[in-house]
Amino acid sequence: MVNILVNLSSLIVCTLVFNEIEKCNMNTQKTIVTIGAGIAGVESSVALSKLGYRVILVEKDKNIGGKINNYYHLFPNNRPAVDIKNYIDEQCRIHDLTIYKNTEIEKIQKKGERFSVTTSNDDILKADALLVATGFEYFNGQQKEEYGYKIYDNVITSVDLEEKLKSGKPITTVQGKEPKRIAFVHCVGSRDEKSGNHYCSRLCCVTGVKQAMELNNRFPNSLSYCFYIDLRMYSMEYESLYRSAQEKYGIQFIRGKVSEVSENKEGSLQIKAEDTLTGRPLKMEVDLVVLLVGMVPGSGTEKLKSVSALEANKHGFLQSADWQLHKNSSSQPGIFLTGTCNGPMSIDETMEHARSAALEVHSYLQNHSEK
Amino acid sequence: MNKFGFTTQESRTIDYGQFDERLLGYVQRHEPSFFICMSCGACTATCSAGNLIDFNIRRLSLLIRRGEILHLSNEIDKCMLCGKCTLVCPRGINTRNVIMLIKKGISEIKQLQN
Repeated sequence: MVNILVNLSSLIVCTLVFNEIEKCNMNTQKTIVTIGAGIAGVESSVALSKLGYRVILVEKDKNIGGKINNYYHLFPNNRPAVDIKNYIDEQCRIHDLTIYKNTEIEKIQKKGERFSVTTSNDDILKADALLVATGFEYFNGQQKEEYGYKIYDNVITSVDLEEKLKSGKPITTVQGKEPKRIAFVHCVGSRDEKSGNHYCSRLCCVTGVKQAMELNNRFPNSLSYCFYIDLRMYSMEYESLYRSAQEKYGIQFIRGKVSEVSENKEGSLQIKAEDTLTGRPLKMEVDLVVLLVGMVPGSGTEKLKSVSALEANKHGFLQSADWQLHKNSSSQPGIFLTGTCNGPMSIDETMEHARSAALEVHSYLQNHSEK
Repeated sequence: MNKFGFTTQESRTIDYGQFDERLLGYVQRHEPSFFICMSCGACTATCSAGNLIDFNIRRLSLLIRRGEILHLSNEIDKCMLCGKCTLVCPRGINTRNVIMLIKKGISEIKQLQN
C-alpha cells in the first residue's frame, strides 16, 4: 500500500516536473525583441525572462535607463531616481539580459508568425514577438517662442532644472544671483492647439509642485508661483504634495496661463497673465522662469512608425488594440506596447504597464504554441 | 477753459511690483491655514451676505494673497460673521477667524499710518 502511494506520488511529481521542463523548453525556444531599454523595456524584459523566454533588448543610446538618467528626486516620495536606475541595472545583471546598445531598428519584416528585425549594425534578429518600449520625448520649449526659452537666459525648462538639481552645482540666475522669485509655467506644449498637442501630459503639474518645493528647500527665502490652467493632481499622493506645497512651503498658485515673458535690462523677467480667479490682468517680475514642458512621442516611436505598420492615435502615441481590455496590444498581432510609447505615464504606472505587457506577450505566445 | 472729456484710468493690473504684504503677513502669522485655500468658492456659495449683496469672500481673500489691499475695509464689513463658510471649507480653513484677522489687520495698518 505504502509502495503504491510512493510510486503514485513520484509519478505525479514526475509529471509535474516534466510539465515544467516542457514549459521551460517551449518558452526558451521563443524569442522576444524589446525595442528600447528604458525602465519599461527592462521591466517587461525581466518579467519575460523570468517566465523562461529569451529576450533581446535593443537600445538606441549608449546607456540603458532612458529618461530615468535625467532625474534627481522622484515624486511623490522624494526618492532619489538613482534607486530606480540601480534596480534596473541590477535586474539586467541578475537575469543576464542581452542588450544591444547604440543600436537602432532599421527594418521589421513578418514572415508567417515570426518577425525578422534588421538593426543599424546589420544584425538580423528573429523574434516570435516584439515589444515596443520607445518612450517619449520632452516638448521642445523653443516652440513656444512667447516664453523666450533659449532667447532669455533665465528661462529654463523643468528638464534643465532637474539636471541642475541633480548636478549638485549651485543654482543661480545667469547673472549669478540667488533666485528670489520664481515662476513655474504649467502646460507648456500640452493642452495647446498652437503646439499641436491637445492632450494633457498629466505629470507636469506634480513635477512643477515637486520642483517648486525643492527650490524652496534650497532657497528658503524665495517665493515660487505656479501659473496653471487646471491643476491635475490625479493621485492621492499628488494631492497631498499640492497641499503641503501651500501649507509648508508657501507656494502660490495662480490660475491663468502666462501669455508672454519679456526680459528687463538687468536680466530679470517680466511675465504677464490673467489671474482668472480675481478676473484681473497680472504682471510680475521674476528672477527665474521654469517651463513645465509636456511629453511628446519619442524619436524611437517616430522611427518605428516609419518602418512598421504600427498605428498611432491622433496624438502620435502608439495605439492600443483595445483601450480597456488590451492596453498593451498594438494594432499589429505579435507586437506589444509598454510604457510611454503608449501615452504619458508616471514611473509607477510605467512599471505596472511593463509587467502587464509581459503577461500579454506570454499569453499571446502560449496561445500560438498550442495551435 | 474748454473741458476735454479725457480722464486717466487707474490700471486694473495686479502688479507684483506694488505688492502690499502687510495684511497678508498679519493674517498668515495668526492663521497659517490661510495659505491652503484652493479657491473652490464653497465659502462664497454658502455666504449669507453674498447671497443678498455684492460680496465675494473667496475673491477678497485671494486679493489679499495677491497683495491688493486697497478698498478692502468697506468690503469686509459686509460679512455678518455667521460662520457658515467655516463649516463648508473642504480644506478646513478657519475662515471666520481669517475674516476677524482681516478686520483687525486693517485697523492695525490704519493705526500705524495715522
